[in-house]
Amino acid sequence: MTTVSDRPAPPGAPSRGGPVPAASGAPRRPRRRTSPDGLWPWLFVGPLVAGIGVFYLWPIVQTAWYSLTETGPFGGSAFAGLANYVEMFQDPELYVSLGNTLLYTAIVLIGIPIAVGLASLLNLPGLRLAAFYRVLFFLPYVAMPTAIAMVWRVIFNGDFGLVNHALALFGVDGPYWISTPGAATVAVAIVGLWSSLGFSMIVLAAGLKNIPPELYEAAELDGASRWRQFRSVTVPLLTPSVFFVTIVTVIAGFQLFDLLYAILGSSNPVLTRSMSLVYFFYREGFVNNDRGYAAAIAMFVFLVIGIATAIQFRLQKRWVQSD
Amino acid sequence: MSPSSPSRLRRTAPPAALAGLSLVLGACASDQGDGASGAYEAPDADLSASITYGVWDQNQVPAIQENIAAFNELYPDIEVTVNVTPFSEYWTKLQTQASSDTLPDVFWMNGPNVGLYASNDKIEPITGAVEAGDIDPADYPESLVDLYTIDEVSYGVPKDFDTIGIWANAGLFEEAGVALPEGDWTWDEFQETAAELSEALADQGAYGAAGGMDGQTTYYNTVFQAGGTVVDGDVSGYATPESEAGIQFWTDLIASGGSPSISQLTDTTADQWFTSGKLAMYWGGSWFRSALVDSAFADDIRVLPLPVGEEQATVIHGVANAVSASSGEKQAAQALQAFLAGEEAQRQQGDAGAIIPAFDGTQDAFAASMPAAGLETFLDAVEYAQPLPVSLNSAAWNAAETELLPQAFSGERPVADVAEDLATRMDAALAEE
Repeated sequence: MTTVSDRPAPPGAPSRGGPVPAASGAPRRPRRRTSPDGLWPWLFVGPLVAGIGVFYLWPIVQTAWYSLTETGPFGGSAFAGLANYVEMFQDPELYVSLGNTLLYTAIVLIGIPIAVGLASLLNLPGLRLAAFYRVLFFLPYVAMPTAIAMVWRVIFNGDFGLVNHALALFGVDGPYWISTPGAATVAVAIVGLWSSLGFSMIVLAAGLKNIPPELYEAAELDGASRWRQFRSVTVPLLTPSVFFVTIVTVIAGFQLFDLLYAILGSSNPVLTRSMSLVYFFYREGFVNNDRGYAAAIAMFVFLVIGIATAIQFRLQKRWVQSD
Repeated sequence: MSPSSPSRLRRTAPPAALAGLSLVLGACASDQGDGASGAYEAPDADLSASITYGVWDQNQVPAIQENIAAFNELYPDIEVTVNVTPFSEYWTKLQTQASSDTLPDVFWMNGPNVGLYASNDKIEPITGAVEAGDIDPADYPESLVDLYTIDEVSYGVPKDFDTIGIWANAGLFEEAGVALPEGDWTWDEFQETAAELSEALADQGAYGAAGGMDGQTTYYNTVFQAGGTVVDGDVSGYATPESEAGIQFWTDLIASGGSPSISQLTDTTADQWFTSGKLAMYWGGSWFRSALVDSAFADDIRVLPLPVGEEQATVIHGVANAVSASSGEKQAAQALQAFLAGEEAQRQQGDAGAIIPAFDGTQDAFAASMPAAGLETFLDAVEYAQPLPVSLNSAAWNAAETELLPQAFSGERPVADVAEDLATRMDAALAEE
């Protein structure tokens, strides 16, 4: 380390802000980073950035490229321009699966108000076994989707299932949930709603903890009832958490695959009428071996999620209270 | 939810294999024009290597381990690692491995997929081993050898085979007071028996037989029995009166109450109905034995031949062992392939009872593994068996079958309409191959 003065600083060496990069004749612009940290921060975030680059960004670029090609089952591709997209937008199955995905997402979103209610109940002062309930509600979220699906398949069984048995007690003749087109999507959505409650509740419970207790005390002094406190204090101050949960739920809803695949099974005759966008992608790419077409569907899903998220960020100004 | 049986198949395979080329491999081995290298030389006993063997059936692993132990007596320094991947993920994984040239050195192949892999040069032909006399195609059922022969080059050695029969629960027959049929029977007799059983067993929620959700075990058989075809050259065979009759068979069975409805069969699959003692007759493959041998009513199990329509027919299929064309230890891999194809290894497979080995004369142990059931029926069926219908991209039209045929079975739409619809979609898929 004796003759480094004429070389660029080695990674990690504190830059002295001296004349190191001044060799070029271009007029010097004011340096953006004037801190003495140099490369140190990059060294720490580097692995993460590399990971994101390799596992997130590069695949997006690759998928975008594949969507413009005719790609065979073992790779090897020929440029096809926009042919895959033209074919996709003419494919009625795209709209069927888009409709199912939207219906599914809409039903799962109903889980958020339920989660708000449950989270505030769990947050009630003096509730015994609160930790136990929290674990109970969170369990479905950490359980394997396939295991959950197998249990729910039995619950939804038209002949021997719990759901239809319960309905029969009220004189209702339940459908064959998993083999009736509309009912199948609803059945999967109910499971999705049920298994996402735990996650939403944990996020919302954290939000609840951030509400200053003084506000409740003040409200109580003003004579507000529990319900009034919930409406006028809890709900408005919880909107940032609700916003976050909504974004995450919508994205997860658009990515529905594993539950649907495991509950409906791969040889279900109503599958083509009940499939989601990602299932459509899977079928074209991995069953029919049409990789290029599948990539185009993936890009479409990417776009739809992007638009849905952008709209939500637009709308948040109207209802999210930020301080 | 398909049963993860050893021989369940989906996807692609060669039309040429179906055409039933009865070419003996040896005859075409000298003709090496098709880019098939197939270089082969049995290794020295001291060859040291480490290879992998990719399979999908956990039930067969004990028999495979016995095979490997015997193999290691000949080649003590070749280490074989068995990788088991469940059938439902096997093909997705294999395709990923093939794309990156990291296939297992030796792996199981099936009829619907061999065309795809062979035509993309992913599998090493067995030509060399046949020329060297270490594999003799004459030892295996001809229809299976043909299944793995594409453009006169053979890409795999048959490991086992399966045919379709009717698994019957004699206990339920007795309760219903219906006599067990003996010998050959007609379609009408089958339909009457099924309806009669359902009626007598209605109070316990049991049925006589189960409708068709799957080609290999149900409707391909009746289409063949009616004299129809599924793939006829490079067009669909569905829109013919014969094939429609084969489909109508299942529509009639469900309409008569002889079978649960299609919705019921989607919720609870036919094999589940049978294994829970609620179904008297189940159309299933010989591989289903493993699921029954330890069941509570194992002693009541009988195997009946499929009913005879215009002709007698059943679907035959079998798994083959293939060597990866990109294997780094090809000599060791080919040695294992040749060993597994031999009489000793095949007999070990048969004795384990999980499958019917493909090598002629090693099959008796399978029939003896459930003596009261009459498993010979599956062996006798080879005589009139027809190969499973496949094409280069079977998966595309298999999906259409799964979607459309249930609409005919349930009576939702007339059989002729559905058959025509299916044929149109299938022709389009076949034209793209």
